[in-house]
Parts: sequence; C-alpha cells; structure tokens
Amino acid sequence: MTEQAYRRPAAGTHPANLSPEYKSTVARSPSKPAVILPQTLSEITGPLRREERLDAGESDLTKQRMAAPLGERIIVQGRVLDEDGRAVPQALVEIWQCNAAGRYHHPGDQHDAPLDPNFYGGGRVRADEDGNYRFVTIKPGAYPWGNHRNAWRPAHIHFSLFGPAFATRLITQMYFPGDPLLAFDPIYNSVPAGARARLQSSFDMEATQPEWALAYRFDIVLRGRNATPMENA
Amino acid sequence: MSHALTPSQTIGPFYFGTLANTYRAELAPPGVAGERIELAIALHDRDGAVVPDGLIEIWQANSHGRYNHPEDRRNLPLDAGFEGFGRASTDKAGVARFGTVRPGRVPWPQGGLQAAHVNISVFARGVLNRLATRLYFDGDPALAEDPVLKLVEAARRPTLIAKRDGGGLWTLSIHLGGAHETVFFDG
Repeated sequence: MTEQAYRRPAAGTHPANLSPEYKSTVARSPSKPAVILPQTLSEITGPLRREERLDAGESDLTKQRMAAPLGERIIVQGRVLDEDGRAVPQALVEIWQCNAAGRYHHPGDQHDAPLDPNFYGGGRVRADEDGNYRFVTIKPGAYPWGNHRNAWRPAHIHFSLFGPAFATRLITQMYFPGDPLLAFDPIYNSVPAGARARLQSSFDMEATQPEWALAYRFDIVLRGRNATPMENA
Repeated sequence: MSHALTPSQTIGPFYFGTLANTYRAELAPPGVAGERIELAIALHDRDGAVVPDGLIEIWQANSHGRYNHPEDRRNLPLDAGFEGFGRASTDKAGVARFGTVRPGRVPWPQGGLQAAHVNISVFARGVLNRLATRLYFDGDPALAEDPVLKLVEAARRPTLIAKRDGGGLWTLSIHLGGAHETVFFDG
C-alpha cells in the first residue's frame, strides 16, 4: 500500500530537550541525537481510542462533584487540525489542571493553597467530525514551584492529543493571553521564541455565554503529511 | 493553507489521578490470541536515579502482526477488545507495568519484516518532548537482521532489548541519559 509519511517538525517548533533554565531537564534529557527512523506501519498507525467510552460529564469539569467548584467558570474550545489545515476528526482530547487557587488534586502538590472538594481537574472529550472540541472548566490559578527563587507557573491547562498516528502524539500546555508570568516561566520559554505564542489561547468574545462564562480559544495543530507518497509493504 | 505546528510541553508532575490512574495497564482481555507476557519498564535519569513520576505509553501490533488501525490494511486478523495501546505511570520504584501479548512481526517498507517490537512513548516532569523508543525481545533470532536495529550503532542496541526475567516477564530499563542512555527515535 502507499502511504504518506508525517512531516518532521520544522526547526524552531519544539523546545530543546535540554533547557537548563528549567532545571529538571538537566538530568532527564538525552545527550545523544535521536536516531532518524523511516516511518513504518509502527509509526503511521497509532491509538485512535475509538472504543473508549466517554461520559458526557467528562467535558464539564464543573459538574464532576457534588457542587460547583469555586473560581471563574470558563469555556475552552478550539479545533484539532493538521499542518495542512485539515480537521483531525474524532480526536480524543484530554486535559488536566489545578484548581482556582493554584492547587492540583494530587498528593504530590503541597502548595499552601486550599483543595476544592468540588474540583478534580481532569476532563476528556472527543472532537467532532470537523475537529471541534469544547470544555467547561474553571480558570486555573498560578502557583509557585521550586525551580528558582520566586518561581511561579503561569495559569495553564495541560492538553494531551493522539492524532491519527504514533508519530502525531503530543502533550502540551495551554496558557492564557497576556499573562504577565509568561515572561518569567522557563517551561513556556523553553519553546523557541517564534513558536511560543502558539501556546497562548485567545480570548473569544464570540464564544462567551452571556450571564454565564467567558471563553478562550485554543486550536491545536498536529503533524501533517508529506506530499510525496512512501511505499509501505 | 498552512498551519504552524503546536509546540510540545512537559507532562509535569501532577498528571496522576487525571490523565493516568494506574501503575499497571492490561491490554489484552481474556480471549485475545497470543503468548501472554508482562512488561516491566523502568525509567532512570542521567544519574541512574529512578524516575517515579514518568508516564509510559505503549503501542503494538497483535500476535498476528496486525495493528488495530485503518492504515494497516493487510488481510490479518484483528482481536476483539485488543487495541494495542497501554498507558501506565511509573511507581515509586520507577517501574511501569503492562500485561499484554507478544506482538507479531510487521513489515518494513522496503520489503521483509521487522523484528517483533513494542513502540514506546516516554513522558515525565523535566522531559519537554515526547521521547519515542522501542522494546525488542532478547533471544529473538530476527534481531540480527532487523532494519531498525541496523540503524543503531551496535554498542547501543542493548538499550532497546528487553530481557526475559523468568516466565512471561520481560524487563527493560530506559535511561534518559548517562552511560546507558537509551536510543530514542525521530520517526
């Protein structure tokens, strides 16, 4: 059969594995270059998670517990696309985040901020045929971390995407437009300067719901395919 | 129309309980064909310290060598209930476990077959990009002519080869750096 390989990411897209300002990378980044692998069936196939049954409630992080969580309710929506602008239909989108006070529902998070018994912080949704997805959640808080003196993570939501292939797997973080902490965050700034703004959502007045919630838009672009076909036995 | 790729970011330390909720994933429910195996994948940093907050995902063909994916159009059986995907967090000892079946061989684009392998994605705090690697099976006669292993310098090939640890248990240590740094692939 004939298939098209996924394009290699353009230089200046992804962070360097070793980004010393983010201290945890020092002992956790390979020093040798990755071995270039021709894409085979192992790389152009991948988990589509089509059999995974999602509850309708999983896309609304404000309705997973007994009562509404504290914080500013927001809508986060966007499209999952490839580099050619084609929708990634039925993409599974997974998110997780801290609560409005900046604390994760996780035993390892010891930040001196309250846990919210009504906020768990995990959500999943399946995009529609045009790649559109939508979550309702609360705006996550900023929180301090131990990377350097007075280090604070800007408010962010973690995103996990599979796309159509093993080669398109992506985990990233969505930030909020104009957050003053972005300038000081070594994780955000590990992304090359020309690409990092892609991780900022945009305020989406059109999508706000009057009397109810503001909205942010975050489109996610996964690897597209080469124009030249490859042979695959 | 051209759209710019979304950059990668670290999974961070706080994905457990939301994105993932287990240290051992079961891929193959009863009835799935093939040799039952267990994979124990240990994650280490450059200094050899265990990484207890890493996420390992695996993707593999079934025992017939068929991927459960529309682009694998070969006339080979699919197994009901077996997608071939597993996700498990490393535990306090830095180990993620998977119950699965030994995968069959899949083709190499230029002809012939690859040695049986499991595709692996590694995520962790301090890891900014997904790290892709593979797990092969020690003692497999097909290793000698595997076209992917041939791309790797001989001294580093053992970083990709799991050892049988009695019964159906296979162990592999992934090293993010250091003298035993694992081979990662750009596929």
